[in-house]
Amino acid sequence: MAAKTSKKKEFRVLSTTAILGYGFPESSFRAGLAKKPDLIGADAGSTDPGPYYLGAGKSFTDRSAVKRDLRFMLTAGVRRGIPVVIGTAGGSGARPHVDWCEAIIREIAAEEKLSFKMGVIYADVPKARVRKHLRKGEIVPLTYVPPLTEAVLDESVNIVCQMGVEPIQKALAAGCQVVLAGRSYDPAVFASLPIMLGFDPGLAIHMGKILECAAIAATPGSGADCAFGTLTGDSFVLEALNPARRFTKLSTAAHTLYEKTDPYHLPGPGGELDLTGCSFTELPGGRVEVRGSRHVETERYWVKLEGVRRVGYRTIAVAGTRDPIMIREIDGILAGVEAQVHDLLKAERVEGRIFFHVYGKNGVMGALEPEKRVHTHELGIVIEAVGPTQAAADSVCSLTRSTLLHYGYPGRISTAGNLALPFSPSDAKMGEVFEFSVYHLMPLARPDGFPLRVVTFRGGKEPK
Amino acid sequence: MKRNILTAARVIRSKNSGPYELTLDILFKDREHFELFRRRNVVTKRRVAALYGRPVADILKIVYFEPSNALKITMRRPIPSGAAGETDIYGAQQHAPLLRLTY
Repeated sequence: MAAKTSKKKEFRVLSTTAILGYGFPESSFRAGLAKKPDLIGADAGSTDPGPYYLGAGKSFTDRSAVKRDLRFMLTAGVRRGIPVVIGTAGGSGARPHVDWCEAIIREIAAEEKLSFKMGVIYADVPKARVRKHLRKGEIVPLTYVPPLTEAVLDESVNIVCQMGVEPIQKALAAGCQVVLAGRSYDPAVFASLPIMLGFDPGLAIHMGKILECAAIAATPGSGADCAFGTLTGDSFVLEALNPARRFTKLSTAAHTLYEKTDPYHLPGPGGELDLTGCSFTELPGGRVEVRGSRHVETERYWVKLEGVRRVGYRTIAVAGTRDPIMIREIDGILAGVEAQVHDLLKAERVEGRIFFHVYGKNGVMGALEPEKRVHTHELGIVIEAVGPTQAAADSVCSLTRSTLLHYGYPGRISTAGNLALPFSPSDAKMGEVFEFSVYHLMPLARPDGFPLRVVTFRGGKEPK
Repeated sequence: MKRNILTAARVIRSKNSGPYELTLDILFKDREHFELFRRRNVVTKRRVAALYGRPVADILKIVYFEPSNALKITMRRPIPSGAAGETDIYGAQQHAPLLRLTY
């Protein structure tokens, strides 16, 4: 590992894919290796697929796809001595996700007989620690997030916090060739090593911010293709590794907007990326140079916590209707069915909630749908039942489906059945249901104080 | 005569910005359209609130981003991503009401 006093003039980064497991063309990866990267990295996670994956401890990407991506990265990185950094392992970055990804790496190490040192960093935050800060009034909700209460904290599972660059730097400084990190600030994967080597944090983090989505910021964009970044003293340059894509000023700047509340001010662990003085310049060869990105440290070091709680189990049924009278009456019918089912359930002491997703009406936008009139010859209806147990959810779904199938609505002339059901069995168990419960800031006294475990492989085996 | 937003914009999209916010991007065709919208203040919190049938307080920010000739609106999600009653986990199909904008 290069020392902090490195006189390197530039730092070169190969970002393989937007999310580990999304894949990338081997030709792009080889083109990236040919450019002699100083780091191979991939961010593996996001909260975007919803709360389930964090709660259930499962990955939203496929195991064989993750293994395929990792095999390329590990074999090339280890054999060429290029550090490999993976952030937000397993998609959500809690302990079960990190362990899942570590097991895949162990398989690859054994199959390829690789020798390397790996740092595994956990991002889980014990409830006792959150509670301590909560009682001191130091847990700050983000915009539109309700204040955290002890009751909600008690119900929450798999609470993680987004680590910054420090824990990854600690692993790299310990000589780890491969770093597998739990929940991480996405750019930290790419920015840790260059910042450690003395490169500007603002430029390194902004470059990481773009590279964490790999080729999404190119045009045409793709989450399943590699991208390359070169960091220098006062700028960074982005380029595609696939001749079909290039970075343009507009594609790069447009990506800076993506998924963010305010593109000029991007908060992260310990500080904020200030892009008010940022400029994007096109260079020959489909490259873009970015200057002026600044990292401004906050007075206290804050990290974002993420946690979810289980709210029940879900069963769904998919159906359609082609009856114009039923379509006209649909709101009253669904309200009537729901009331009737709730009466029946009350008598049976079964708890549960019913949601109708009416595709062709407001199935996509729900409460945000401004179009109130329905002009369609058919409607899709997804019955969603949520109950405290899977059995309760099954009962609520079954009862709702049968009640809706035979519901006698005003003006009905098709008395054989109201629904077209495409599947037998008609009802599908969906398992546990989670919702976000923790999305707050917490102060951190030691930004590098995340549990680090170092594993050494020799010829694919871990010596005792 | 009023023109539709599609004569000025080349991208109109929506996405989550975290589980609690929805963010809407309008990328203009060129600097002139961007400047026109900014100068005339075509997109206001009030107008967005009306398009989506939400209270004005739910519209958090409207930011003009020069490097990409873009306008960004961030609003409150009716519910956090994935909570009971969810229709669009990624928030990627909530842009359509903006297509009604005229200027």
